[in-house]
Amino acid sequence: MSRTHVTCTINGDPAEFLCEEDQTLLDTLRDVVGLMGVKEGCATGDCGACSVILNGRLNCSCLVFAPEAEGATIETVEGMAGPDGLHPLQETFLEGAALQCGICTPGFLVAGKALLDRNPDPTEEEVRYAVAGNLCRCTGYDKIVRSILDAADRMGEAAPAS
Amino acid sequence: MTVTATPTTDSQPGYKWVGTRPVRHDGLDKVTGRARYGADLNLPGMLIGAVLRSPHAHARILSIDTSAAQAMEGVKAVVTGADFPMLESGGEGSGEEYYDPRDLCRNVMARDKVLYEGHALAAVAATSRREALAALAAIEVDYDVLPHVLDVSEAMAPDAPILHDDLITEGVDPIPDEPSNVASRYVIDRGDIEKGFAEADVIVEREFVTQPVHQGYIEPHAVVADVGEDGKATVFCSSQGHFMVRSHTAELLGWEPSRVKVIPAEIGGGFGGKTTVYVEPVAARLSQKAGRPVKIVMTRDEVFRATGPTSGSKIRLKVGATRDGRLTAVEGSMAYQAGAFKGSPVSLGCMCAFAPYAIENVLLEGLDVVVNMPKVAAYRAPGAPMASFASETLLDEVAEQLGIDPLELRLRNAAEEGVRSVYGPVYKRIGFKETVEAVRDHPQYSTELGPNQGRGVASGFWFNFGGSSSATVHINEDGSASVLTGSPDIGGSRASMALMAAEELGIDVYDITPIVSDTESVGYTEVTGGSRVTHATGMAVIDACRKVVTDLRARAAKVWDVDVEEVEWVDGRAQHVSGDRAPMTTRDLAAGAAGTGGPITASAAVNARGAGVAFSTQVCDVEVDPETGAVTILRYMTAQDAGRAIHPSYVEGQMQGGVAQGIGWALNEEYIFDTGGTMENPGFLDYRMPVASDLPMIDTVIVEVPNPGHPYGVRGVGEVGIVPPMAAVANAIHDATGLRMSELPMSPVKVLEAIGANGG
Repeated sequence: MSRTHVTCTINGDPAEFLCEEDQTLLDTLRDVVGLMGVKEGCATGDCGACSVILNGRLNCSCLVFAPEAEGATIETVEGMAGPDGLHPLQETFLEGAALQCGICTPGFLVAGKALLDRNPDPTEEEVRYAVAGNLCRCTGYDKIVRSILDAADRMGEAAPAS
Repeated sequence: MTVTATPTTDSQPGYKWVGTRPVRHDGLDKVTGRARYGADLNLPGMLIGAVLRSPHAHARILSIDTSAAQAMEGVKAVVTGADFPMLESGGEGSGEEYYDPRDLCRNVMARDKVLYEGHALAAVAATSRREALAALAAIEVDYDVLPHVLDVSEAMAPDAPILHDDLITEGVDPIPDEPSNVASRYVIDRGDIEKGFAEADVIVEREFVTQPVHQGYIEPHAVVADVGEDGKATVFCSSQGHFMVRSHTAELLGWEPSRVKVIPAEIGGGFGGKTTVYVEPVAARLSQKAGRPVKIVMTRDEVFRATGPTSGSKIRLKVGATRDGRLTAVEGSMAYQAGAFKGSPVSLGCMCAFAPYAIENVLLEGLDVVVNMPKVAAYRAPGAPMASFASETLLDEVAEQLGIDPLELRLRNAAEEGVRSVYGPVYKRIGFKETVEAVRDHPQYSTELGPNQGRGVASGFWFNFGGSSSATVHINEDGSASVLTGSPDIGGSRASMALMAAEELGIDVYDITPIVSDTESVGYTEVTGGSRVTHATGMAVIDACRKVVTDLRARAAKVWDVDVEEVEWVDGRAQHVSGDRAPMTTRDLAAGAAGTGGPITASAAVNARGAGVAFSTQVCDVEVDPETGAVTILRYMTAQDAGRAIHPSYVEGQMQGGVAQGIGWALNEEYIFDTGGTMENPGFLDYRMPVASDLPMIDTVIVEVPNPGHPYGVRGVGEVGIVPPMAAVANAIHDATGLRMSELPMSPVKVLEAIGANGG
């Protein structure tokens, strides 16, 4: 089968890859690009383990065909930490014990970032609904929700007063 | 980021590290996407495997023709049941370690019959998933479809379809002549049941029905197997025990265990469901035939249709009590679905249901019933949750009829040290009462409720297990330590191992590197299950560290040319009793190790026998929508005896996680089959597990009544939290509506039906 050439931006860097036309963005990110932090839990858009931020919006990468990523910007968990260290969400997840097995963690971090990017000061209820598309079977969500709220506080304190 | 530990506020008296909350050692890899789970390995030349599964719930396999598939481009190997040895019975062990080779080999690859929809009967390895799936479609199977049975009552009926022609019920006298679907009958018979009920002023009796539910781990089963030219297999997979994977895989292939090396991937949840093998032996045989590495990753649909849920059940229980609330007798029968092969956790259900209480007169029967659905696997406190749904609902009814507060009823009957448990042994020091008191004293228990709101409480018991574990501790050249164990880290156990090692060695917890080693790098270790790791593997770590400390003292004595008895180990330093020599740290001693006997290292192994039993008591506040029947969890609090919380955050996490799974079991989750025995909801959209917006915060109180069987008092904490929620929710619904819910899940439809039936 002939392959489709896709040019896009992944975690801030220009990227290109070849994919089959019916291959999902999830499979391509994992098996072609090598970003194994994007997890597959269901492949039907129900668990959020494959969450990525696609053109600024939270998406399940299992529900996106890879050729649809042409020209897109894609953010994955691998792009969250920078030269200055971890993203505040990564810090608060670690400090707040918001992960047990850790398989859902990349998806929650990406979903949490998508929330805080557009709503830097969410309520608990807003956090719960923002990550309602992400399944965690270990934690009961308590420590995840607290960690996202803590990260929002931390980012708010770090931000210059307006 | 600076990773900092905070060994200050809640470290335990007498401990420096135990009870603190450092960032887990594997955390960084898990928040950056670097951690490698079962599906995250790709090897050069790797093939993709796929499994052909039965579309029928029960059928005889007349023939399998794989010739067309074998001839297809890109297909490198095909296997069927004929490629695996036929094993015979001879299983041993119990609980989460139980298996029968006869059944395991037939479950992994069907032989003459398929016994459930989703049962594996062939597999292929091809150069891509597309080709592998095309090859599966080209395999021709001729089935003789047989009648199937799913309901335990129907499976026990005289005219039921029989799953196994050689299954004769165990535990009944006389031994039956004919096969049936009842694999075994288990009985607890204590005291004088008639006398007990004669003493009772109030007797309540009720029947309960629960459906099969899945562990629901987010990571599907995944494996990469690579059989080399020397015939040895390297297996990379996620599991709850790589030594289990090694022994099962080898046995199912007809090999010695040493021919298989298993490298543990990170595990993306298990809850008991990854304590057996499914695709691992299949990938290994495919790799052997193809001469290339083979990867098999299950789809979510396959996980639901072919891996262990836990049993659905039918339970009848009867409880008698005196006017002042003393339980005089319990009697009843429980029938659990085993799935296609024997081995439901029904005996554990019988043992656990009334284990929190001192009751003299007990007659409980448990029936293990095979039916045409996937063989059940362990699921968090296997067998206890459905039994306790029944028993704890009845206790609520007793309390209601007697006008006694439900927590007070539990306190009046609470088992304590010296009491003989319902299931046999006499309790050592236990913390059940303390969990009840913690709920009673928690603000939630006296929070005012509004209209359509209700409050329910329930308690639960789990044994916890000990078992075999190994550990090796190396002191590195810089004085830091590596701690190697064979226990997959499913929820923070590396941090627990490091904390215990830090406590023993007296060095900083971040100077410890806890490692989950492969089957060739550490001694045999049983599965991560039975809430055993922090207890049993922790004991191996403690023992190994103590050997290292003994060695470190001896080396300091050698340097100082004094008797070893004159050397003490204090805060990670060797000190001479006289105080007139400069103390030596692990770094000093490691630097000089070559001159004092070579590298500093020690191993230890245990078969831990002193597991301490666990209790949990929980309170749940709900609101029931009378229009829709929907139940909203308003508040939830759980108190659990941890013995000693090594890392309190991960103890809380286990408590909260158990509650969340229990709430899912209570309100939403169930296997739904069509009339042909096909599962209708094999995906997360229709098999509805709780999401963040379904739940409130889950408050925790860790009770610490030390287990005398562990150096620090550790009890297991992983499982008991899932035992009380179903009854706690049901009792809360009753408090809100006056309705007794006796079937799970208590979905809006069922609650609405109950409201309607009640004339509401």
